Amino acid sequence: MSSSSPSRLRRLLDGAEPHFTQGGKLERFYVLFEMVDTLFYSPPNKTIGGPHVRDALDLKRVMGMVWMCTFPMMFMACFNTGYQANEAMQTLGLTSTEGMRGFFMNGIGYDPSSFFANFFHGMTYFIPIYLTTFIVGAVAEVVFSLVRGHEVNEGFFVTSILYSLTLPPDIPLWMVAVGIVFGIVIGKEVFGGTGKNFLNPALVGRAFLYFAYPASMSGDAVWTAVDGYTGATALGIAAAEGMAAVEAQFTWWEAFVGMVPGSIGETSTLAIMIGGGILLATKIASWRIVLGCFFGMMATATLFNLIGSDTNPMFGMSWWWHLVVGGFAFGMFFMATDPVSASMTNTGRFYYGCLIGFMTVLIRVINPAFPEGIMLAILFSNIFAPMIDYCVVKANIGRREKRLEGGKA
Amino acid sequence: MEAYLSLFVKAVFVENLALSFFLGMCTFLALSKKIETAIGLGIAVAVVQAITVPVNNLILNFLLKDGSLMAGVDLTFLGLISYIGVIAAMVQILEMVLDKFMPSLYNALGVFLPLITVNCAILGGSLFMVERDYTFGESAVYGISSGLGWALAVVALAGVREKLKYSDVPKGLQGLGITFITVGLMSMGFMAFSGVQL
Repeated sequence: MSSSSPSRLRRLLDGAEPHFTQGGKLERFYVLFEMVDTLFYSPPNKTIGGPHVRDALDLKRVMGMVWMCTFPMMFMACFNTGYQANEAMQTLGLTSTEGMRGFFMNGIGYDPSSFFANFFHGMTYFIPIYLTTFIVGAVAEVVFSLVRGHEVNEGFFVTSILYSLTLPPDIPLWMVAVGIVFGIVIGKEVFGGTGKNFLNPALVGRAFLYFAYPASMSGDAVWTAVDGYTGATALGIAAAEGMAAVEAQFTWWEAFVGMVPGSIGETSTLAIMIGGGILLATKIASWRIVLGCFFGMMATATLFNLIGSDTNPMFGMSWWWHLVVGGFAFGMFFMATDPVSASMTNTGRFYYGCLIGFMTVLIRVINPAFPEGIMLAILFSNIFAPMIDYCVVKANIGRREKRLEGGKA
Repeated sequence: MEAYLSLFVKAVFVENLALSFFLGMCTFLALSKKIETAIGLGIAVAVVQAITVPVNNLILNFLLKDGSLMAGVDLTFLGLISYIGVIAAMVQILEMVLDKFMPSLYNALGVFLPLITVNCAILGGSLFMVERDYTFGESAVYGISSGLGWALAVVALAGVREKLKYSDVPKGLQGLGITFITVGLMSMGFMAFSGVQL
């Protein structure tokens, strides 16, 4: 704000402040005031004394940045969900829908070649899911903040958007609510809130849903939003029938741009790379994790290609297909790079990424129970992230001790 | 050879004694505060497991099974007591070795070292061996790998708990409560392997 007199919003906030600070009527709700205030303005209180790093980029701005980087994916999510649904409706010969969705959509139509019909139809799926996630999750987060007296954090914005982008479009909304509450409360708040958890909360919620309600989270029927239409994901097809069947149905470019059935936000590798590229360029995401992930995936996939198998068609999937199908790119750029649950040391980050890439391909190829592996691979690597750090630190100490001894001799 | 390899992977990851059967919980929870101690405990359990499972396999096949000692004598009802006996003897020897050669680890493990005797992961390993009818070679591999799997789990848990030292856990959950939740979430991560057919 360059103007000398404070803006109207600033004056409004300043006017409300005395009610929330110590002794005010609404003291108990200070965290809510603080949340709104720092959402719009940088906090006025500054660090005094002590060896602290001062930087304009605080946690709130970082989280806001990640949130904005998901916009290309949200955009593609709406478009592709609608596109898949419209295609399915055309195949089934349906021309109208019922209820609220019909109210909005029957005027626009369901033509899969029309951009707006696709986009708005997708929005009627994505927006309810996101709103449910956001509202239910925010209630859980704010209740914890009020009771425990810590600040409401924008980390929640990121958790909620990432969580809703990993869901299949056909999911019932109550399940969305159950999952996000589990993710926020058990995955994060019981450990003390943002920065104190050891697993990625969005993935905890997603994995919980996966194991609690497998019928709504996997299989062939959930990936297209129209009832009674089954369309397997590329990974599902590859596991069941082999790469030839996948290539017969989609081209690599279709999978790269994202015009395939799948979880809402994971299909478009292109959109993910745009958002992820910004994250890397601004150094919010660690390039070491992304590189490690990619390298681990590539090496493992190539290894399986070389081994080959007569009975398991997944052995033959090449690394460039692994990259574009399923949620690999999404997990690599947005989930694995979560700085809280990843390794803390730079060398450790690379190994941590490798472990994720390795585990993803391993689960996809050898585990018939899960066609998709990235979610569990990241959770698994989160568990081992502190141990990787420990080994890196130990190795460092050992190396320095050796150098010291060498210097003496 | 391939069968042994798949048995190894299965025992370490798919059927991890700690995280999919929840065996050996008391030491698992009590001694996972520091990575160093956890590594020591993990190695101790792995060593005991690697020796007792194949030895118990020999006892079962050459002494206890119907007709193995002499025709018409079935001593399998002595199974439990002889397995525990072997385990207790092994732990006793291990204790003396540690006391002599690694006194710091011996002190850190404290009362939990003799308690490995009654650690259900150890007895569980032997009983799984009986139930699944492993040959001697298989039981040797199973002993090593299930012990290693348990050790891996306890070290990983210690790593996570060292990280969680800086967390702000609600009062009612501090200590064991949050550890139980942590272990539950860890076993969700290990579900990655459930359903793997080897």
